[in-house]
Amino acid sequence: MNAVTGTSARTRVNDFVIKIANVNGTGSASANGLLMKAIFRMGIPVVGKNLFPSNIQGLPTWYEIRVTGDGWTGRSGEVDIMVAMNLESYARDLKDVSPGGVLIYDSTWPRPSLLSRDDVTVLGIPLARMCNENFANARTRVLMKNMAYVGVVAALTGVDMAVIQTLVEEMFGAKPKLIPPNMQAVEMGYNYAKEHFTQPLAFKLEALDKTSDCIMIDGNTAAALGCVYAGASFGAWYPITPSTSLMDGFKSFCEQLRVDPETGKNNYCIIQAEDELSAIGMVIGASWNGARAFTPTSGPGISLMSEFIGFAYYSEVPAVLFDVQRVGPSTGMPTRTQQGDILLAAYASHGDTKHIVLFPANPKECFDFAVESFDLAERFQTPVFVLSDLDIGMNDWMTPKLEWDDSRRPDRGKVYHAADLEKIEKFYRYLDVDGDGIPYRTIPGEHPKGAYFTRGSGHTKYGGYTEDSAAYQDVLDRILQKWKNAATKVPGPEIVRCGKPTRIAILTVGGCDGAAKEAIARLNAEDDLDIDYLRVRAFPFHPEIENFIANYDTVFVLEQNRDAQLRTLLVTETTARKDQLVSILDYAGMPANPHLIVDRVREHIASQG
Amino acid sequence: MTSIVKPRIDKHLRRNQLGLTVRDYEGVMSTLCAGCGHDSVTAAFVQAFHEMNLEPHRAAKVSGIGCSSKTTAYFLGQSSGINSVHGRMPSVATGAAAVNPDLYYIGVSGDGDSLSIGIGQFAHAIRRNLNMLYCIENNGVYGLTKGQFSASADIGTKAKYGEVNEQPPIDPVLLALSLGATFVARGFSGDKKQLVPLMKAALAHKGFALIDIVSPCVTFNDHKGSTKSYAHTYEYYHPVIHADFVPEEAEITAEYQDGGAITVPMHHGGNVTLRKLGRDYDPRDRDQAFHLLRTREGSEVLTGLLYIDETKPDMGDMNRLPDEPLNVMDYAKLCPGSAKLAEVMKGYS
Repeated sequence: MNAVTGTSARTRVNDFVIKIANVNGTGSASANGLLMKAIFRMGIPVVGKNLFPSNIQGLPTWYEIRVTGDGWTGRSGEVDIMVAMNLESYARDLKDVSPGGVLIYDSTWPRPSLLSRDDVTVLGIPLARMCNENFANARTRVLMKNMAYVGVVAALTGVDMAVIQTLVEEMFGAKPKLIPPNMQAVEMGYNYAKEHFTQPLAFKLEALDKTSDCIMIDGNTAAALGCVYAGASFGAWYPITPSTSLMDGFKSFCEQLRVDPETGKNNYCIIQAEDELSAIGMVIGASWNGARAFTPTSGPGISLMSEFIGFAYYSEVPAVLFDVQRVGPSTGMPTRTQQGDILLAAYASHGDTKHIVLFPANPKECFDFAVESFDLAERFQTPVFVLSDLDIGMNDWMTPKLEWDDSRRPDRGKVYHAADLEKIEKFYRYLDVDGDGIPYRTIPGEHPKGAYFTRGSGHTKYGGYTEDSAAYQDVLDRILQKWKNAATKVPGPEIVRCGKPTRIAILTVGGCDGAAKEAIARLNAEDDLDIDYLRVRAFPFHPEIENFIANYDTVFVLEQNRDAQLRTLLVTETTARKDQLVSILDYAGMPANPHLIVDRVREHIASQG
Repeated sequence: MTSIVKPRIDKHLRRNQLGLTVRDYEGVMSTLCAGCGHDSVTAAFVQAFHEMNLEPHRAAKVSGIGCSSKTTAYFLGQSSGINSVHGRMPSVATGAAAVNPDLYYIGVSGDGDSLSIGIGQFAHAIRRNLNMLYCIENNGVYGLTKGQFSASADIGTKAKYGEVNEQPPIDPVLLALSLGATFVARGFSGDKKQLVPLMKAALAHKGFALIDIVSPCVTFNDHKGSTKSYAHTYEYYHPVIHADFVPEEAEITAEYQDGGAITVPMHHGGNVTLRKLGRDYDPRDRDQAFHLLRTREGSEVLTGLLYIDETKPDMGDMNRLPDEPLNVMDYAKLCPGSAKLAEVMKGYS
């Protein structure tokens, strides 16, 4: 029997991180998902991060499960239990374990090097041997090894086996034959751990009731549902990580919810385009013709779409673009996360262009903003970006159940239909009839009076071609006015005040939300610092953002890119002073964690004496 | 491009079944060079639409960038048009047609727009069998940027200032045939008698209909030594098949029957009759079309409806699109409602 050391420290209940190191392509994702879901079903909040390579098979992959009874939503940055299943990354995985932590490994083969740390408990389980003895073919053995470590972790931390049983039954609902062998593997690991490791670990799970109103969902799936509920009927795309699952999701929801039961026909159209240029062209075509249309992509796709984005902006065709950001520049690191497209999206295309950009922070907002984006695009007749990222888009997040208000109707913006056209003498596409900068559009082919010519070349407010300076400027200025007016119509910022007078704030965007809030709590608890908080949710900036910044000497601007893009945008587009805005830049490709924020804030405060 | 509307004097003009004259199918004044082949193509569009008794607002005109792409403003002023970005018209047409298949999609492109910058989109629109009439006004030269060779320039053809092209041309007709286009024709802007019926047949076709139209550029490519000049085209012009569109209600006359004409029933109604002019050739046979084009003699410009297949599913069929266009579909049909969402949520809890 292995001696279990390091358990003398205080027991941590529902507050630790399990990290699983594995090899890509071994089917570990479903086992890891099972483990996380089991903890979630026990009513304990969790945060899951899948750290995967840009590869199909053979490279190292990690899965982090943060158990957080307090309900934090960011990554912790610690590793308390490491399941080291990958020979190639053993050394690094051992190094990553926090002092007092546990390392679990497959002891089928001896690994003396794993015993080199005396502040870590090392537990060996002969997983491969057990699987070889119990399962027949090679692929099954590999898959079952994953289920077996789920059993080991379940035994050591106290995962409810009945919950695992239920989840395995759900997982293999369509192939019930697979339920017994998978449960056998889980139990094998479970029983081995129970028999051999009798001393309790320092990390324990205790059932709570904090997740019953929640779901586990990734942002791309939630955004896809948002598109369905917004009434989007056309989507065009070109496959690109990490946005692909958005269109996969839209397709499967449409197959489920949008096929006419009588005719078998699709009340939607999805076209896989030949490239991103074509995808946005199709969206513009569909949208010009009066349908709600969108394209999901990532940074490289936006670069390719830029010319068309300017066309849609200038000719005032609505379009919704989801940019699920990944690490750039160029191909960058396609399976790592970043917020590197903020400036790209804000000003995409040549000439004077400014766009509406929404920044969701979690899957719930991906759903809500997806719905909102179509209303904004049609209301303002312009491209709208929803800027998510790999972390939000591809990781499963605990989020409140998505809900729908059946009384909600889409805002289709200003459209003259046939009956309206009958009443007016003459229709001009770009004429500001109501004085709000937004002209009326028509549905092509609906009525002869509604015909107009859409062009990306200089045009007058009547829609005719022009090279006249004043007529050109007139239209361009109106389009800017329209964008400015959007500032109070886009989602306003999330503001959390600490409740005490303070001159310090943290301002951030998107998925940094959880880490920022946790850092503020820690700085308050450990350093007695009072810090207010603002999260930007859209561009153009809501006036509240400028007003907020004006109240502080120092506003830390936390974002995930090297060049302080959000800060640049704030300096350019608000009255914020450069010296007020202190950057905290976390652009290494990993989901934000509070450590870096706490350190940077401390460093800055120390440097100010 | 101007927006000058021509004066309406149409009392003496023939009215079609809708009581409309050709003037009702015109657009704003052309700003192309006097004598430009493209203006003849514009006139052919007007005539084809008028003769087919189509409502003048039921077309959607799509184009990219270039002299050719400007022309969508010059016909069907009662129809909407979208003059998009260079080489990307097919994608705009794809999205537009997907959500409203009930309009006539008319794409006007050029050899630069379709065969260089936009060759990818051109190819993929064919693959999808997008239901549209796609015209390439082909003059072998970039006009708006003043005379550079395009990808359709023949080997040995001379530019205005003497440069000789040495790269092989891309032939849109051969390209379209090899990609599986279902209607492939070539015309000449100087022969409206051939072009108008071709356009009518193309409008009646279900699927991607290409008409490659040799349309000389009078300013930059109409000199001696150019293989896309009026003179050169007239000299080597060789119609091989004459196509006529015969509306549903009209009888197919004996004239066609006698000449060994082939009748192709069109999906959208009516028939297309094909008369052989000289060579023994069946345009329903793709292999024969390839053979004909590959065995042409010298500089021969073979024209007519070279290939037709009325049986292939178009993009709408392949995507199982509903009869009711998606662009006017009621929101109630598109939004599944709160109860369904609650059901979906069960899978994530």
